Amino acid sequence: MKRIVTAIVHNRSGVLNRVTGLLAKRQFNIESISVGRTETEGVSKMTFVVDVEDDRKLEQLTKQLNKQIDVLKVSDITDKAIVARELAMVKVISNPQIRSEIQGIIEPFRAAIIDVSKESVTVQVTGKSDKVDALIDLLRPYGIKELARTGLTAFTRGHQPQVAEFKSYSLLK
Amino acid sequence: MKAQASAEEKTAAKTGADLLVEALIGQGVDTLFGYPGGAVLPIYDAIYRAEGSFDHVLPRHEQGAIHAAEGYARVSGRAGVVIGTSGPGATNLVTGIADAMMDSIPLVIFTGQVAKGVIGTDAFQESDIMGITTPITKHNYQVQQIEDLPRVVKEAFHIATTGRPGPVVVDIPKDISSTACLEDVSDEFHLPGYQPNLKPNPLQINKLHEALVEAKKPVVLAGSGVIHAGASEELRTFIRNYQLPVTTTLLGLGSYPGSDPLSLGMAGMHGTYSANMALYECDLLINIGSRFDDRLTGNLKYFAPNATIAHVDIDPAEIGKNLPTQIPIVSDAKAALSSLNSKPVKGLDHKGWMDSIEKNKLDYPLWHEQSEGEIAPQWLLQKVYEYTEGKAVVTTDVGQHQMWAAQYYHFDEPNRWVTSGGLGTMGYGFPAAIGAQLADRDSTCVAVVGDGGFQMTLQELSVLQERRLPVKVLIVNNQSLGMVRQWQEKFYSERYSQSIIDTQPDFVKLAESYQIPGYKIETQEQLLEMLPQVLTDDQPAVIDCRVLKKENVYPMIAPGKGLHEMIGVKR
Repeated sequence: MKRIVTAIVHNRSGVLNRVTGLLAKRQFNIESISVGRTETEGVSKMTFVVDVEDDRKLEQLTKQLNKQIDVLKVSDITDKAIVARELAMVKVISNPQIRSEIQGIIEPFRAAIIDVSKESVTVQVTGKSDKVDALIDLLRPYGIKELARTGLTAFTRGHQPQVAEFKSYSLLK
Repeated sequence: MKAQASAEEKTAAKTGADLLVEALIGQGVDTLFGYPGGAVLPIYDAIYRAEGSFDHVLPRHEQGAIHAAEGYARVSGRAGVVIGTSGPGATNLVTGIADAMMDSIPLVIFTGQVAKGVIGTDAFQESDIMGITTPITKHNYQVQQIEDLPRVVKEAFHIATTGRPGPVVVDIPKDISSTACLEDVSDEFHLPGYQPNLKPNPLQINKLHEALVEAKKPVVLAGSGVIHAGASEELRTFIRNYQLPVTTTLLGLGSYPGSDPLSLGMAGMHGTYSANMALYECDLLINIGSRFDDRLTGNLKYFAPNATIAHVDIDPAEIGKNLPTQIPIVSDAKAALSSLNSKPVKGLDHKGWMDSIEKNKLDYPLWHEQSEGEIAPQWLLQKVYEYTEGKAVVTTDVGQHQMWAAQYYHFDEPNRWVTSGGLGTMGYGFPAAIGAQLADRDSTCVAVVGDGGFQMTLQELSVLQERRLPVKVLIVNNQSLGMVRQWQEKFYSERYSQSIIDTQPDFVKLAESYQIPGYKIETQEQLLEMLPQVLTDDQPAVIDCRVLKKENVYPMIAPGKGLHEMIGVKR
């Protein structure tokens, strides 16, 4: 199962190595990882998307991360109300004839063309990973020359619904 | 003028190496295990100038230094301190660092590093020791600024010795140790990411207490967490109060008196029948400070299948790692046991259970062959136990001799048993005995080693020669890598690939060349005649004891099998 785990870490040299080395050593699969500074000086935030077998493996992952001295806080935010975004840049083969066609495809995704050359355009898209996937799928037939994704970054929404607010809806009822 | 003068005073007074020496003294360090080299020249100079502050033990290989420090830490309960130079000096320490990590031994290791300006240029004797040791240390540091040094040293000792202990590496570039510190320095530290939880959750303790008074078939498994926490006394009280059967892990030997009637001995792959069956059949398993290692549990499917599992561990990551745990207690063992002991004691209804355990003990004791004249290794260890009255510090390598020592030497006190458990390091026992003897000069210290393992670190005989340390090196000599041979016999149709090593030095002459008395014991008669005296005098000794070559360690749980599937339970 895919989980989104964030770790608040001391921004020290080697900390990324500690964390990724730890995950590799314990055989956790990292799908994506993004790191950047936070609002606090000297503190960075890492966001991982990991693929784990079950809850016990997931628990091990967060516990092992927590044991790191440079790791201040670990949260599995998958089941929280979150905002999660990823940025991708896609260089698509395009001559002037199909440029507008591409424009039409990317528009509903609120993506933008950020570079144009004779043979290609570069599209920038931001959103949840599945949205990015969907756009890439649509652009693939035109020929993708180059693709770069930042990996997901995420945090919890300002308001977390209380347990009582969760209701299960069913069409059968 | 005045400012300049005071700056000069400071220059004259303190280099980075001086700050290090000061910090070590501040930590109460009196014994160093180290080996000099280019990148630690400034540190060794500062040690020289601080004459009388430390007893510096010079091994003949860095691996000897770190294993000695492990033995020292294990017996003294304080951090072992190691110094090695950059590059090969540091990489020679790696086995010991990994060993200490697996067995939770508190060590602080200082490695030299090339000067900051040339790090990353493949300079002479440069190695990325930070990268190399990150996965095998509790934490590691490379000192980036001279002012950080006192704080880093203090943090390193704090991290190594608190919570679940472990090794901490401090890598010091040569320019940091050699230049003068002009700033005022402070060793104040704050580690928001490291706050070990020492006190148990009272609700969980209540839950365990409730489960205990309800239990019909309870058993306690004591691991080395009990020893690290200094909780043997509390454990005894707990066991006595409820009359519980108690078994230990390999590293937990001594946490509870091995000769006590409630002790079942060691559990696991070569554990006793009664201990393993108690773990298999119990309805409540109270694990205090053991990490459910695979050599203990065997096939997890058959490990305590009907039991409620309570697990006390200071490291939350160990709880639930290998087994689902119904009563998790994140705590120091001492605090958890004290808290349990403060609950009202209630007699348990477990007579049937205790009777069946007692029956197992009587019906299936440890056994071994005894041949005419020749020495059975098990009998040898029994004799060592008798002659040292069970009071010696015993160190071992890994393998058959280690298991026989664990089975036949009944430790009644903690911190007497020094062995490489998790990593299983050959060549550990002898240097570890040097450190152990330095930590406890008054006890008899016996390094029970295999002929294979001893040959990996025997150069440390120089240290015995130099200091006349009365360590007794007892070579359980079967002229083979016994455990490898045993597995080849059992699982590889007796194809003894590279495990029979009958070419050996003359160990007696070898010892004599270091001016250490050497003894060769080949018969039971010789053993009865020589061993009592050799083990009890105040001289170092190397004892080459020839034992039955094809003896196997039993009982045994084959890989992949459950605790109840022991083989070799009876003659």
